[in-house]
Amino acid sequence: MPHANALYGPLDPAPDAGYENPPPRMGFFTDTSVCIGCKACEVACKEWNGVPESGLDLLGMSYDNTGALTANSWRHVAFVEQPRSVGWATPAFQEQPDGPSVSPLTAAVGARTGTDTGTDPGLTPGSPGAAARMSGGPEFLGMPGGQPPGRGSGAEGRTDFRWLMMSDVCKHCTHAACLDVCPTGSLFRTEFGTVVVQEDICNGCGYCISACPYGVIDQRKDDGRAWKCTLCYDRLGAGMTPACAQACPTESIQYGELDELRERAAARVAKLHEHGVPEARLYGHDPNDGVGGDGAFFLLLDEPEVYGLPPDPIVTTRDLPAMWKRAGLAALTMAVATAVAFLGGRP
Amino acid sequence: MTDATPPHEPVGARFREFQDGVDQPDGKRRGRGDGGEQLTVPPADFASYYGRPILKAPVWKYDIAGYLFAGGLAAGSALIGAGAQLTGRPGLRKVGRWTALGGVAASTYLLVHDLGRPARFHHMLRVAKVTSPMSVGTWILAAFGPLAGVAAVAELAPLLPQHGVLGLARRIAPPVGNIAGLAAAATAPALATYTGVLLADTAVPSWHDAYPSLPFVFAGSALAAASGVGLIAAPATETAPLRRLALAGAAVEFVGGHQLERQGLTSEPYTHGRSGRLVKAGRALLAVGTAAALVSRRSRVLSTISGVALVASSVATRFGVFEAGRVSALDPKYTVVPQRERLAENRSTAPL
Repeated sequence: MPHANALYGPLDPAPDAGYENPPPRMGFFTDTSVCIGCKACEVACKEWNGVPESGLDLLGMSYDNTGALTANSWRHVAFVEQPRSVGWATPAFQEQPDGPSVSPLTAAVGARTGTDTGTDPGLTPGSPGAAARMSGGPEFLGMPGGQPPGRGSGAEGRTDFRWLMMSDVCKHCTHAACLDVCPTGSLFRTEFGTVVVQEDICNGCGYCISACPYGVIDQRKDDGRAWKCTLCYDRLGAGMTPACAQACPTESIQYGELDELRERAAARVAKLHEHGVPEARLYGHDPNDGVGGDGAFFLLLDEPEVYGLPPDPIVTTRDLPAMWKRAGLAALTMAVATAVAFLGGRP
Repeated sequence: MTDATPPHEPVGARFREFQDGVDQPDGKRRGRGDGGEQLTVPPADFASYYGRPILKAPVWKYDIAGYLFAGGLAAGSALIGAGAQLTGRPGLRKVGRWTALGGVAASTYLLVHDLGRPARFHHMLRVAKVTSPMSVGTWILAAFGPLAGVAAVAELAPLLPQHGVLGLARRIAPPVGNIAGLAAAATAPALATYTGVLLADTAVPSWHDAYPSLPFVFAGSALAAASGVGLIAAPATETAPLRRLALAGAAVEFVGGHQLERQGLTSEPYTHGRSGRLVKAGRALLAVGTAAALVSRRSRVLSTISGVALVASSVATRFGVFEAGRVSALDPKYTVVPQRERLAENRSTAPL
């Protein structure tokens, strides 16, 4: 008998998948307020998991040249520059020349770049219009200036700015659309509540790639299979910390029991609010959200979409019973239409 | 990737072009003959990460759009074959059965060819999962394919000799073919409509939001395409039901498709751009084909024209819907704006 919340709502995924007395659900809490954008997590992940090279090219949109999570990048450090200071702190560049960092045109050019990540769809070019809009508005994002600060704008045009850095990763959803739609059973739920692809089973049908509401899972061109973060399933089984969390020099990536991480995250947000960072908020921590809560959740300093995360993702299979009903109705209509067409003309 | 530097371009050309833009704080572009065109900045109506897509676009190739058509055609033809069998129209029955077999064979080829690892296609048969429309579809195809095959091959019975073992086969084939034909027709509506769920059960905005309509669009399109093939290939004396069926298919597709344009922002790919043009072409061809079918009673030429239009309409609709999904996944607008609207709505209705 499936759980009442089998498709949607709060759920403990490992027992629901059939594990008896599983270990506690494990996950990541990525605190972006202490991320320094060093990309040690990206490197450690590649080293440990033997992830292939994902294109060595400058994207020209920011200091982020990975661009997106792909089959060949299981961690992705996003980098955002914005013209405002962090919290109530003294503006870092007060008294210093510091002009706008980007023009709409630069942003539009940056959005068109891509690099061969060896994966499909990999890192696709973005929408130049959307990028230009962002750089033209009050919340411009983009490549730090191509000339010394303030030269282009003059002293009166100076603004303060801040850098946002975030190490993105597979969310290991409670209700994982990739796992639900996988037709081969290649994607499975581990005893730790994480979601892993079995590479000896995957036949590269690509359904998981369209199903993921976060755009995480991706296909390697040379071998045709889908790949993503395994939350270092091999290390977890041996009681070790995943490679990225182990390598993180600032403890921005924290690994542990999900319940404990959620408590820790709530305390961290409260502390940041107290210290004058009112924009700190958690993302993916709530078991009542559209995917039943993420196994890997985040502390963000701006809206999720600024980091390339969907603001309100909902697992597509929530609507699956309604979809099958509509298909059944359409099938019935088809059968009736045929019967009427063949019998209709007869006296 | 699309932006990989072409081999003839000197090293660093792309960076210099980029630098040209950076050095012009007013956004004027130098060089490359753009004439100092000013980039007009639309209002900041949604935020994104440098305009990059949030979702991964479907990796399915046009194989899958082709499969949507071929699978629908096979299903519609199996229904026509059964209808013709039960109402005593042997010519139409033959056309329906052979088209069903051709369609399902093409479908299987296209589905296997689209896999990243075609040699592992049989891994689909490891599990049966109702949460995976692709798994459900695999099993529907596994049931439909052999039945359609037996029904079609049974049509070869008259070619067998009268006597001996083959003579026995000649006598057994028609009843076996009739049973297989009816069984194939029983699974056909599922084959034609599950593909709507296949596309809708994804995070692709324009597909997911269209889940109430897609099965009806595909059902109508399948009936229209199969009627079209029948109008082209079947004896003119037996095609009267096909004219009614084309009309019914068109009605189902128009009523279902009507909703595609009324689902807010995610309707846009169904009405604009290349995908929009394909969907519109599908509608126009469907209207022309249905009208021609209704007035074509005595004219063989007109029947053929209407059949071609109906088949072309189904192809255009399938490729249009397929392309619309890709477009909606590639632009962050279709992901962010509807989700923001949903959040604002939930916030305004949530109890305080």
